[in-house]
Amino acid sequence: MIEVDGLRKEFTLRDGRFRRSRRTVEAVRDISFSVEPGELVGYLGPNGAGKSTTVKMLIGILVPTSGHVRVAGLEPSRQRIELARRLGAMFGQRIQLWWDLPLIESFELLRHIYRIPADRYKQSLARFRDVLDLDPFLRTPVRQLSLGQRIRGELTAAMLHEPELLFLDEPTIGLDVVAKQRVRAFLQEINTERGVTVLLTTHDLGDIERLCERLLVIDHGSLIWDGGLSELKQRYSGERTLIVDLEEPAPPLQLDGATVERVDGVRQWLRFRGSAAELTARAAATLPLVDLQVKEPDIEEIVRRIYEAPKP
Amino acid sequence: MAESLVVYWRLAGANIRAQMQYRVSFVIDVTATFLISFLDFLAVLILFHNVPRLAGWSVHEVAFLYGTSAVAFALAELLVGHSEQLALRLRTGTFDVLLARPRGTLYQVAASDLPLRRLGRALQGAVVFVYALAGAHIDWTAGRIAMLVAMVPTGILLFASMWIVALCLLFWTVDGSEFSNAFTYGGQTMTQYPIDIYGQWLRRFLAYLVPTAFVCYFPALYILDKEDPLGLPRIVQFIAPFVALASAVVAGLLWRSAVRHYRGAGG
Repeated sequence: MIEVDGLRKEFTLRDGRFRRSRRTVEAVRDISFSVEPGELVGYLGPNGAGKSTTVKMLIGILVPTSGHVRVAGLEPSRQRIELARRLGAMFGQRIQLWWDLPLIESFELLRHIYRIPADRYKQSLARFRDVLDLDPFLRTPVRQLSLGQRIRGELTAAMLHEPELLFLDEPTIGLDVVAKQRVRAFLQEINTERGVTVLLTTHDLGDIERLCERLLVIDHGSLIWDGGLSELKQRYSGERTLIVDLEEPAPPLQLDGATVERVDGVRQWLRFRGSAAELTARAAATLPLVDLQVKEPDIEEIVRRIYEAPKP
Repeated sequence: MAESLVVYWRLAGANIRAQMQYRVSFVIDVTATFLISFLDFLAVLILFHNVPRLAGWSVHEVAFLYGTSAVAFALAELLVGHSEQLALRLRTGTFDVLLARPRGTLYQVAASDLPLRRLGRALQGAVVFVYALAGAHIDWTAGRIAMLVAMVPTGILLFASMWIVALCLLFWTVDGSEFSNAFTYGGQTMTQYPIDIYGQWLRRFLAYLVPTAFVCYFPALYILDKEDPLGLPRIVQFIAPFVALASAVVAGLLWRSAVRHYRGAGG
């Protein structure tokens, strides 16, 4: 569905409006990956890592400096309009709904822009009204919708023409827990039941844990991870944390093979590798323990470690 | 083509409905534009109160120029003068949304707005035009009537091309909606006065470089049966529609290269 080979994008920045000083910034450097139909892939990276630049090249908004891109068998930069009919895109805060009009009118307009036949449109809309529970605010002007309602509207707008492929940029940003759940359930459904391929850009690690079997991680314009979530966890989760509560406050424990990360009153956090039982025994031999727990690193922790790891 | 027009009308119609959400503001806007543009023409009347003729032109003849130019300009602006919206799209990155849809970008930009308040200005132009016809002594022949009928569409096409060129500039000067407005509004003010009150250099510039003069001036020379002070061949008075078409082609090409620039450099 998506084939990317040796993709690069450089931007020329001009410092100042009239002076001639220019410098070239490599936003995306030599990225290669491919996505099969029906996959749901998470695309991660810190701000400015090159995520949206990549996605824009996949959609055909930006023209690559070099490298090959094929999406749904088309070349995005040259067959933008043809490709646009077959993919849906939702760009986080960049709204595509008509601000002053009732939600339903935006859908009507998109029906015409995408040339969706009337019966298909009716079916499609009926489904979204049901799954995303749009009816209570279908006739409300978009500017009066809550963020959660608006995102549900945006998702519908991106999917009305039944694309095979969906690009989502931060679909759950700013949503409350319930709204997040609803959006995630929806994405899961269209992926498993309708076989829509989804590429999801997100900072929300809950999205990733819940939805993505495969992750692409980009940093400083280079792809630094392409693989499953569980492998990623194994690779980077060698270290765990032992949290101990002592009887009374004490200076950081000095134990071989463990480093104290944090001290808060009687509680201490120790990072370690290897056996938790053995370390606990040694800690208990030093000072009496009241309570303890072992923490596996969560995805947030792992991603932080990836970002902070020295670059090759 | 027909389908595109239907969709244009739907998109533009949606915009009108959006404007009607703020109905009072809309009414105030149209009225204010109408009245303010009358102050503009008042300046011309005051000028002629002191001098009966300006470079051989009577007040009604000037009104003829002014009226045709104002109507054409206002209608062109109504169709494609959406520089604020485009600047906003470029600044906030929502131009990307247009690129992700299966339609041409210029088409979508044009359809994204239909600011009816600008009808106030077209209305003012029409009133001035009627005033001109009432007072100017025109010897109506079939050719002159045909020219008059062709004048407004030609003018709309030419001004629309200028607007598109101005929109293109935004892609390079993202924050520059003021800059490009200076370009178009400046150009229009010039066409409202007979060309010879400007200096020699500017006159050449206007006649040759900016085809603005073709909008009203040369056709007006023909309709009002006046000598061309530039001494150009008479054919110049008839080629306005072709100049308009040519400038539309140039504007279209420039738009393509502006969008190519955007897609290369990115928003």
